[in-house]
Order: sequence, then structure tokens, then C-alpha cells
Amino acid sequence: MLLIECPYCGVKAEETELAAGGEAHLTRHGPDSAEEAFAAYLFDRLNPKGVHFERWRHVNGCGKWFHCARDTATLEVFGTYSAQTSAPPQTILDAIRARRPDWKPANAPAE
Amino acid sequence: MRDFAETSGVRVEALPPAGMVTLRGDLSDPRLGDALNAVGLALPDRRRIAAGSAGSTVWMSPDELLVVCGEGEDRGLAARLSEALAGVHHLAAAVGDARVRFAIDGKGARIALAKIAPADMAAFEIGEVRRTRVAQVAAAFWMTGPDAFELVCFRSVADYAGKLLASAAGNVEGIALP
Ligand SMILES: [Zn+2]
Repeated sequence: MLLIECPYCGVKAEETELAAGGEAHLTRHGPDSAEEAFAAYLFDRLNPKGVHFERWRHVNGCGKWFHCARDTATLEVFGTYSAQTSAPPQTILDAIRARRPDWKPANAPAE
Repeated sequence: MRDFAETSGVRVEALPPAGMVTLRGDLSDPRLGDALNAVGLALPDRRRIAAGSAGSTVWMSPDELLVVCGEGEDRGLAARLSEALAGVHHLAAAVGDARVRFAIDGKGARIALAKIAPADMAAFEIGEVRRTRVAQVAAAFWMTGPDAFELVCFRSVADYAGKLLASAAGNVEGIALP
């Protein structure tokens, strides 16, 4: 069972109360971009086994979108944070490194 | 609406219609709290319900409140809120016609709700609000007293919710929450 704390409600929501929104912190490439960049934006995803940053929505709750850092293999949640950011905050990165000292960001989000 | 039968010491009752107002706006803006006070309402804390002279205010999200007031009073209350919030970005809409309420009370009320909602019912406190789902439908409930809850959901799913609650209220004896 996956329990994720909604940063807006402060409740530990069970997975069925939430809707998964896929990989977080994608760079949006619009209609004016190169075809390859646009295709990558639409289709290329990391799909890692381990630490991953995702978007989730508290759909059967406050309705808010937020971000979540978790381990896709163990379902350990390192933390959740506001949707109004384009990179994980330092507190989340610290929480991940505390549990996974060898972890390196896959596409190196800005630190 | 029909009343749902008493089972296993948990009473589930469809409550009479109430007026309800959805208020959207930045709850951290002090002008919003002032406007609530001006119309006889109180600003609740996160995941709490606050009582006022004009009705109760239920926390729904950082930018949404649900006001429960007397039947037929919601349109007037929404208009007074909009007047008090003139110039402040907000939405006040009367939604009472689209909602129904149920009362769930009795010794096993926590267990009845724990069966159908993914919420931590063992730690639930009086005055606490939980917006969640009950089985297949969205709902919100709050604790009104010891072993007593009030639940609100969409009128379109009232029949489903009533039967679901009545079913959950059965066979609660002998089940302990962790
Ligand atoms: Zn939430």
C-alpha cells in the first residue's frame, strides 16, 4: 500500500484517494520547438527503479496537485512538496540522500 | 429521501435539506476571514469545522470552504459574502441543492466509516473534517460529537451513499480499530 502525505491537507492519503500524474519536472516543449524536443516532451520518460519524482493529485480530497519523491521499488516516500516549483526543494533532496547516500539525480534537476 | 434503518447500534439517517455555500478564495488572506466574520461565520483551521451564528464553515482545501447554513439561506448568504469580499478575488456559490447530508452515530460509527473510507478513523477527533471518498464516491465528513459524524456528498449519488452507509453500519460489533 502506498501512503502519500498531501502537503495541502496534511493527511496521509492512501493511494486510492489519489490520482497519479506521471513524471514530475518535465520541460514543456511547445508547438514552436524542434520535432525531436517535442516528441521527447510527449513520450520520453525515465521510468527508474528507485528514486523518482512524480506528480500526484489529491483527487478524492482537496483536489490539489502536488509533487512526490518516492522509491518506485520499495514504495518508500521521501517527501511531498508544492506543485508550484520546477525542481525538488533542498529538504527533499536531503531526505533522499539520508536514505539513499549513493543516489544521483537522473537528469540532474537544478540544485 | 428515505431514512435508512437502524442496524447494529449505528444509526444512519438522511438529514433534512440544508443550505450550502462553496467559497473559493485565498484562506490565508485576512480579508477573507474578516468577510466571514462580517456575515456571522468563522474561519476554520486546516481540516476543521468552525461554528458561527449564520452557519458552520468546513475546511475543504487551502482555497475552499463549504458553509452549511439553514435551508433556503444559501443564496442570500452567498450574496452577502460576495458583497463583503468586493474587490477580493473569490467565488461564492449556493450549492445546497446539489448536496445531501447524512448523520452517522452510535458506538460503531468510526468503524462504519473506516470500512468505506481510506481515512484513519481511530485518531479522528471531534471537530475534525476529512474530505475523502466513501467506496466509489467523493464525500466529506466531520465529527460532531462522541461517536457522531455528519457526512456530505453529491445529491446525484445520495441513494448509493445512503445504501452504502446502511450496509457499512451493519456488523460493526466485534471489530476494533488499531
Ligand atoms: Zn489534499
